[in-house]
Amino acid sequence: MFRQTVNITAMNLRSVLSRKGSSSIIVVGIAGVVAVVVGLLAMSEGIRSALRETSHPDRVLVMRTGTQDEITGWLSAAEVNVLKGVDGIGTVSGELVVVVDLVTRETGKPGVAVARGVEASAFELRPDLTVVAGRPFQPGKNELLAGVNASDTYAGLDVGSKVNVRNALWEVVGHFDAGGRAHDSEVWMDLPIAQAAFRRDGVVSTARAMLDVGSDAALVSERIRQEPRLRADLVFERDFYARQSEAKAGMVESFAYLIGAIMALGAVIASVNTMYSSVSTRSVEIGTLRAVGFSNVPVVVSVMVEALLLALAGGLLGGAVVYVLYDGLVSSTLNVGSMSQLAFEFAVTPRLLLVGLGSALLLGAIGGLLPALRAARLPVVAALRSG
Amino acid sequence: MRELIRCTNVCKDYARGAERVSVLRNVDLSVRDGTFTALMGPSGSGKTTLLNLIGGLDSPTSGEIEVDGLRLDSVNAGNLARWRARSVGFVFQFYNLLPVLNAQRNVELPLLLTGLSRSERRKNAGLALEIVGLGDRGKHKPGELSGGQQQRVAIARALVSDPCLLVCDEPTGDLDRATADEILTLLQTLHWELGKTIVMVTHDPRAADRAEHTLHMDKGRLVSSASGTAEAVA
Repeated sequence: MFRQTVNITAMNLRSVLSRKGSSSIIVVGIAGVVAVVVGLLAMSEGIRSALRETSHPDRVLVMRTGTQDEITGWLSAAEVNVLKGVDGIGTVSGELVVVVDLVTRETGKPGVAVARGVEASAFELRPDLTVVAGRPFQPGKNELLAGVNASDTYAGLDVGSKVNVRNALWEVVGHFDAGGRAHDSEVWMDLPIAQAAFRRDGVVSTARAMLDVGSDAALVSERIRQEPRLRADLVFERDFYARQSEAKAGMVESFAYLIGAIMALGAVIASVNTMYSSVSTRSVEIGTLRAVGFSNVPVVVSVMVEALLLALAGGLLGGAVVYVLYDGLVSSTLNVGSMSQLAFEFAVTPRLLLVGLGSALLLGAIGGLLPALRAARLPVVAALRSG
Repeated sequence: MRELIRCTNVCKDYARGAERVSVLRNVDLSVRDGTFTALMGPSGSGKTTLLNLIGGLDSPTSGEIEVDGLRLDSVNAGNLARWRARSVGFVFQFYNLLPVLNAQRNVELPLLLTGLSRSERRKNAGLALEIVGLGDRGKHKPGELSGGQQQRVAIARALVSDPCLLVCDEPTGDLDRATADEILTLLQTLHWELGKTIVMVTHDPRAADRAEHTLHMDKGRLVSSASGTAEAVA
């Protein structure tokens, strides 16, 4: 039986070349599905990765109890000082996070970016942040330091240029690379100047802090909760960004599966149609093989293998196209947490390519099954007569 | 000579929509081993249906068919397929060769169902091609051969597993006169020299003349035979 199956399958595959036109419908249809699904999943993977890379395992946010994001949170300067005294908390940086109106470079239309007012301790907390062009801003001056993605996304952020923010001219003095995509989409400025410009005197949005080495995070969190002068909670950076990325990436993922499902339905219908046509073209051949004494199983297997191989070719084609066109491509999306643009890189990972190939094979199997069963059930005499 | 084929009261009906159409009506037939029988009749008379039943490609609605000691009407599809592989060679009007395989591989096809090694399969297929006079055309694909040559390859395929019965459905129907004569001569040679039992459906009286016996069918019944009896004996 195995030898029968191998031989009939090999024969069938050789004849695929003579049916290039109809076979290519399956390949192209499934390639389209895989390209769209893997492309959208690569986007969601990129968003997750951008937000994940921003986090540090020992870095925490201390946020007003009940707030979910930095923009809407607030802590007083007094509270930040209390926080600095909590046992187990190391360097603390009170940060004011606001959105500013800028013009997007690509479309020339207004866009919003996150501006972060920071003190020197903010740089201590983020040792991987480096100034890659120009210099850091000087305290007390209307100077901006733009993240590398922000300078790519928004117009007017070249080093040396001046940009109007909140009715004041700010000089862009440098660019920084935080090695983490979320900060790289921001513009940074001196905290007291930002508080004055945005009329938030004496207030910050959140505080970032580094836990002391060896300190127990749960204990520190409990101390903060028990401290009567503080109405705030401790949140690990990784949890904070995971929460933000879930909302956005989850939405993109749902979209990927919805669009994918609609396209997959079309591809399956095309596959079924093509494989029916393939079986119909070969019905005399199938009838002859059955007359000679071959059983149904090799016929079913040969049709299924054909459908699966064509689907695999489609999967590889779709995966290759999306990898070549999108992997590493920098794009930006609205970050729901801060209502600002978040730059990210499409990440066409091996896992996503495997998901794409798996989907392709599943579609091929569904597309091949009914025609294969039809081929097997076709009476020998009817198959011979169909010629 | 022993009896190779016996059909007793064989009927075959087909459903055409809600209507049932009787294609064969109470056919009784006996064919002896080593004979060459032609089955003639107008279109729709049931001759190809009878041939398909004898070759185990279809099963009767009622009646008994026994070929080489096996009751074909009572075996399941799997056993019937195995029996066909072992006992019957088919020759079709349009050759039914697989276009992607060369002549040698087409002839080898039935041997894939046997336990023969690859070299034995090649040897036997080569021998069958020699018998039909195409020993030098093994590497040619069907598209590179003439109609007559393709039918010779099909006959070699029918012969290669040394079946006791050859069933031929209009084997010369697609060929010109001269080529048809060559094919009929080849079938006669197989019958005379290899002792093959051949049952051949044909429209062509000149083709039927090459057979030892001619049976006539009309409206699903065997109407006459060489012996002129209702139960045809060939």
